[in-house]
Amino acid sequence: MPDQETVHPDALVERIFQDKIDQEVKIEPKDWMPDAYRKTNIRQISQHAHSEIVGMLPEGNWITRAPSLKRKAILLAKVQDEAGHGLYLYSAAETLGTTREQTINDLHSGKAKYSSIFNYPTPSWADMGAIGWLVDGAAILNQVMLCRTSYGPYARAMVRICKEESFHQRQGFEILWVLSKGTDEQKAMCQESINRWWWPSLMMFGPHDSASTNSEQSMLWKIKRKSNDELRQNFVDMCAEQVKVLGMTLPDPNLKWNAETKHYDFGEINWDEFWNVVKGNGPCNKERVAARKKAWEEGEWVREAAAAYAAKREELVD
Amino acid sequence: MTSLIKKYYYGDIPEDKSGGADIPSNNVRQSDWPLWEVFIRSKQGLDHKHAGSLHAADAQMAIENARDVYTRRMEGVSIWVVESKHMHASNPEESTSLYEPSEDKIYRHPTFYDLPEEVKHM
Repeated sequence: MPDQETVHPDALVERIFQDKIDQEVKIEPKDWMPDAYRKTNIRQISQHAHSEIVGMLPEGNWITRAPSLKRKAILLAKVQDEAGHGLYLYSAAETLGTTREQTINDLHSGKAKYSSIFNYPTPSWADMGAIGWLVDGAAILNQVMLCRTSYGPYARAMVRICKEESFHQRQGFEILWVLSKGTDEQKAMCQESINRWWWPSLMMFGPHDSASTNSEQSMLWKIKRKSNDELRQNFVDMCAEQVKVLGMTLPDPNLKWNAETKHYDFGEINWDEFWNVVKGNGPCNKERVAARKKAWEEGEWVREAAAAYAAKREELVD
Repeated sequence: MTSLIKKYYYGDIPEDKSGGADIPSNNVRQSDWPLWEVFIRSKQGLDHKHAGSLHAADAQMAIENARDVYTRRMEGVSIWVVESKHMHASNPEESTSLYEPSEDKIYRHPTFYDLPEEVKHM
């Protein structure tokens, strides 16, 4: 009969696990971890990967019609980076024991989500600028935080991604800056694009902390290290200043410097729109998933042929 | 074990009905190309260092994919790939018996030895 001091083995390993986290020791694939920690990481990393992959689509729309060879080369490089970022993240997810195929199937079946921002269309060239400045800018805030996330392979993938991502934001801002110095039509195009992307970009940080009930667990596990509202406020503070350089405005009449809080106050997000897009009713949800499925299905013969070729070569060697 | 978390958000992505939540099973699907570990030498004279992993049908494709995925910004001058199934790793649970024996052998470090001040270049 165990005495009362005896600690259940599960409780003991869980305590060791939490101690490591508290001491900023990274968790590595072969280390013991609670099932819920594993699940949360698989979910978050794979959704992050899907966001990179689906994120190629709105910009891919402009590769063939970029206004110059220079812009086309830049856009190609950026979209290729996003494919790379998706791959870093898919492999990080796989270190937790999930398979690539299952992860991709979950995207195609709609079981897995990706960032809703990519369900908005890109009808104008200025959108390539606004996406770089605002969408990548918002993503970078999240990603910088995630460089310090507690799961080692995820943190390492994020460090690599952050190094590459800053060119994405800078090229976007430069596109807008050039337009803002252009003709009246170009200036109008710049402002119109900022107007369309501003609010969806703010939504990228997710619901208010008050509505994001159990994310304390993720904070405790240091998967996530800053709250949605905290990151969103950082973003607003940065953009409110940067937009002045462009000589443009952000479409929010309530945007105002608050000398007391030393932050910008801003208006309320349209949460109905947010939830509607999350639920699949955004302007491009169906189109995006259909494009991914089509690419996957049409690549089937390539995957099969390469596997058959590899098998045949192995036979020859034997 | 049931999830400790009812709702968790990464940015705007809600947990509800989201994927990837299944705990892995042992029946690895055969349709994925094999997984390869990638090692990159960043410049002549340095070691190859683990960069990450990727899927490829064979070694040649693994090297070509590694070029695209891990060296887009001149990060490497040489690539090694090895199929992940051939990697063997130490068990973290055995780390005490593996690494503790060296902890009490501080005489293996040069700082253990007190030498007279006059001795130079040692």
